[in-house]
Amino acid sequence: MSFIVDAEITHNRKVAEGCYNLTFRAPEITGSAQPGQFVHLRCGPTLDPLLRRPLGIQGVKREQELVQVLYQIVGKGTRLLTAFEPGGRVNVLGPLGRGFTLPAGARRAALIAGGLGIAPLCFLYEELAEQGIAVEVFHGVRSAGQVSAHDLIPDGRVLMASDDGSLGYHGSVVKMFEDHIGLETFDFFFATGPSPMLRALGKLAEQHNLPGQVSLEERMGCGIGACLCCNCRTKDKDEDGWRYSRVCADGPVFPVEEVVWP
Amino acid sequence: MINTAVELAGIKLKNPVLTASGTFGYGHEYAKYFDLSRLGALVVKTLTLEPRKGNPPPRIAETPCGMLNAVGLENPGAAYFVREILPDLKQYPVPLIVSIAGCSVDEYATMARLMTAAGSIDALEVNISCPNVKAGGIAFGTVPEMAAEVIRAVRLNTDLPVIAKLTPNVTDIAGIAVVVVEAGADAVSLINTVTGMVIDIERRRPVLANQVGGLSGPAVRPIAVRAVWQVYRAVKVPIIGMGGIMEGRDALEFMLAGAQAVAVGTANLVNPTAADDVVRGIEEYLESHGISDVNELVGAAHGKGE
Repeated sequence: MSFIVDAEITHNRKVAEGCYNLTFRAPEITGSAQPGQFVHLRCGPTLDPLLRRPLGIQGVKREQELVQVLYQIVGKGTRLLTAFEPGGRVNVLGPLGRGFTLPAGARRAALIAGGLGIAPLCFLYEELAEQGIAVEVFHGVRSAGQVSAHDLIPDGRVLMASDDGSLGYHGSVVKMFEDHIGLETFDFFFATGPSPMLRALGKLAEQHNLPGQVSLEERMGCGIGACLCCNCRTKDKDEDGWRYSRVCADGPVFPVEEVVWP
Repeated sequence: MINTAVELAGIKLKNPVLTASGTFGYGHEYAKYFDLSRLGALVVKTLTLEPRKGNPPPRIAETPCGMLNAVGLENPGAAYFVREILPDLKQYPVPLIVSIAGCSVDEYATMARLMTAAGSIDALEVNISCPNVKAGGIAFGTVPEMAAEVIRAVRLNTDLPVIAKLTPNVTDIAGIAVVVVEAGADAVSLINTVTGMVIDIERRRPVLANQVGGLSGPAVRPIAVRAVWQVYRAVKVPIIGMGGIMEGRDALEFMLAGAQAVAVGTANLVNPTAADDVVRGIEEYLESHGISDVNELVGAAHGKGE
């Protein structure tokens, strides 16, 4: 069940260069939101930009009925979001999509994120910790100074990687994770981030026979599965061996073995 | 008591607000957000004889006050629709209009036959204008003789009302309207999307995988209102007007230009309750302006005796 809410904004703070944390009150959403689901935000009453912006849920505070998201300024829409002030309202549709599901019997999980993909994994981290599952977080950023899992998950076991070597491991988060597969055993992984990163991770997971779930990104329209604009290839029994699934409604989280990488 | 009911090619609608094909799926996604019986009629996503996978991603690109799409008529095919989706659609007490398309005149004829035989469908909308599919819709809707041939074939294969959906990507939309009405269309709907393109200046490539797409949203509204105005003067059949309707006042522009009914499209992607909001907006306008019957507004912008 999802809702359309004119939610009261409680925070809209800059947390790193070009990156903001938006928090709003929406009991309808905190009541049922699952890690991996997203909310679809209007950038204001304006018709330009016209479409909503999908943002993964970073966390919910159920007692205070608060929903938290992270966003980066990438264009006109996200720039408009920065003007939202506490006490104002944001029009939210959500929670939407299928989130992460916990496989039975998993005891050690790896959370692997690229960039702002860390946001939905923060929500997942809390759920896994509550269930007593051992979690290691692998987070890749471009360089130091960006939002990092170190700050967002202060009590977690976190390993950072950066493209320029200014923070932690010098190189891609997937390469860093690969080095660790030999050292530690994981039953399962959960990953979010840009498509090339997830594709590389998908190949690695296949080599090591490691089950996992990935949260895909695609340009989105309605967010509720009607317009068929955010498609991705998933395995199917037909003669081509694949079909199009809807990222917004069949995903955004898919079992890694079901994804047919571009 | 205010009357919002209109009649469209023999179908009685409780109000003039429809959904635009392709923006409302097969209805059930939206039934979670409002009571679909609030609609004048439900127009579902275009169906073809065989299932179609559609275009690769990206299929959507945002533009100022609008968007481009190139979905490529993804749909599960006629047989699946009749078997799996139509039984569910029957539960909604609202007239059902099914949009059909084909790659050949024969396919249109077959689709008309199959959908008529399926029962519980109130009208067929013939998509002769979808600009996304290579060798598909575009050719039929832009050439008067071919548009007429498709409508004639559908007319011969159904006793349901036939609505021809017209493309704006022509020099003379009123001329196309005239020939499809002569070929047997009971109503016309317009406009389909306007062909367009967006280029990513960093990648130096088109944003859409299909390169070109169909522009919709408020950006196209003045084009659509003008098209309805011209077609109203050229044909006698009812017009369904659409193109960037976001709220009641936008719908009223179309009705004043000559539309008997309107369809809400892109707005459904922005706000799942948009169609219901348009119904309410029209009702409020009628009340606040002391108009007892919505039909009084149809074509009223043309004035008397012109």
